[in-house]
Amino acid sequence: MSESSLPTPGERFVNGVLPENPVFRQLLGLCPVLAVTATLASALTMSFAVAVVLLGANVVVSLIRGWLRPHLRIVVFTLTIAGFVTLVDKTMAAFLYPMSKELGPYLPLIIVNCIIICRCEVCASKQGVGAAAADALGQSLGFTLALCAIASVRELLGAGTLLGFQVMPAAWPEWVVMILPPGAFFTFGLLMALLSVIQLHREHRRVV
Amino acid sequence: MDAPVPSLDVAPSPHVSAGGLTTASMMREVMIGLLPVCGFAVYRFGPGVLLRLLLAMGLCIGFEALFMGMRGRVSAIRDGSAALTGLIFALTLPPTVPLFVIAVGSLVSIGLGKVVFGGLGQNIFNPAMVGRAFVTAAFPASMSAAAFVPDGMSGATPLTLARAGETLPLVDLTTGHCWGSMGEVSAVACLLGGGYLMWRGAMGWQIPLAVLATSVLFGVFRHGVDPTAPWGWTHELMAGGLCFGAFFIATDPVSSPVSHSGRLMYGSGVAILTWFFRSFSGYPEGFMFAVLLMNAATPLINQLHVTRPVGGHV
Repeated sequence: MSESSLPTPGERFVNGVLPENPVFRQLLGLCPVLAVTATLASALTMSFAVAVVLLGANVVVSLIRGWLRPHLRIVVFTLTIAGFVTLVDKTMAAFLYPMSKELGPYLPLIIVNCIIICRCEVCASKQGVGAAAADALGQSLGFTLALCAIASVRELLGAGTLLGFQVMPAAWPEWVVMILPPGAFFTFGLLMALLSVIQLHREHRRVV
Repeated sequence: MDAPVPSLDVAPSPHVSAGGLTTASMMREVMIGLLPVCGFAVYRFGPGVLLRLLLAMGLCIGFEALFMGMRGRVSAIRDGSAALTGLIFALTLPPTVPLFVIAVGSLVSIGLGKVVFGGLGQNIFNPAMVGRAFVTAAFPASMSAAAFVPDGMSGATPLTLARAGETLPLVDLTTGHCWGSMGEVSAVACLLGGGYLMWRGAMGWQIPLAVLATSVLFGVFRHGVDPTAPWGWTHELMAGGLCFGAFFIATDPVSSPVSHSGRLMYGSGVAILTWFFRSFSGYPEGFMFAVLLMNAATPLINQLHVTRPVGGHV
């Protein structure tokens, strides 16, 4: 496929936010989506870490895309990603120790997060640095929005707080199940259904 | 090979309708069957029970209308299935349960238990038990074993006592002079209602019989393992939600197997799992989890018990 038939940097950015949202549309990288969305703070930190790694990996892979060999490309992607994940992991452990403890193994696990490998494969290994960076930013934004949406619902219902601040009245009965893993599945499923409904309505309006 | 003898039993559904049992009339019969249970609950725990039962029924009807309307489908309110879900859900709650628990549970029962799968007849799990499982996990303070005993009262539920190695007189368990959820306390009321349903043909005998018989078996087994335990098979049968569940929860026609032999297997499975949860889990009672797990196994049971057409191949 020639480079001209691929999406432009602008399209790459927009696509990542909703049309190809990594969480709600591509259903990629669901492990952190379900595991770290009990509170908004951990979801934001996780999104930031993924954004840094995704941007770094996409840019580097795009720069070296001329040297990639088909049978070795996944190894190169993974090594590149691992480098950036180590950087982020150690930096967080040094400066954000409590949060690093809270996220636990999910930070190192970004290495195997399929969103990043997918973007390296789909975009960065085929397009220039501009498109790769725009793609990384768009996908990260989409990932951040998705994680924050899920985490807001879970923290609000499960603890009555947002980012640790009391939002609900003091008498709010905490829905403990929303903090537990089933709450992540319920919220994720219902939000995905909501997005699909909105999408259907918009398409319907366009046709009519 | 001998030719198979034609069977004249009533085969599992679907049947050609003879104007007999419809969904609406079946739901009506079950509600009539629940009358003794509801009546006893009001007598035992006071008029607050009536408020809670009516609230759950009203909310379930409202959510059914709302969600089916959102899906652009004709809602099935008139057949009474939503009201029945609400009634059964409420009867499994503590008598002094806060009203918001009923509201959230009704929402989950109808929304996540029923309508997301496509409405009546499509749901995999018993909707009332989905709602109850959700509120059990969501509001432990309102749903724990201690919540079944009203404030200012002493005592504990029979199954909590059983955990502590104590027991209640059997006559109290049978007539409902113990603590528990609104519907489960009186085994006699449950037997009356269940007997009515079987007499009217609104419910097969297979599931209740399998549940009760298997429970007796496992109760005897427990006694055999530990003869000094004060907890015999009669207690196993009469305490907790077993009688109520055997007649009114496990028999949900949508989420239980269709064939007679499948229903026997399903009922035994419910009883065995209940016994395991009662004996080894963190909760004193396990009927709800047992039913939900066996609901998940229902498609498998159906596959094992495909009815052979008369004269057809195996």
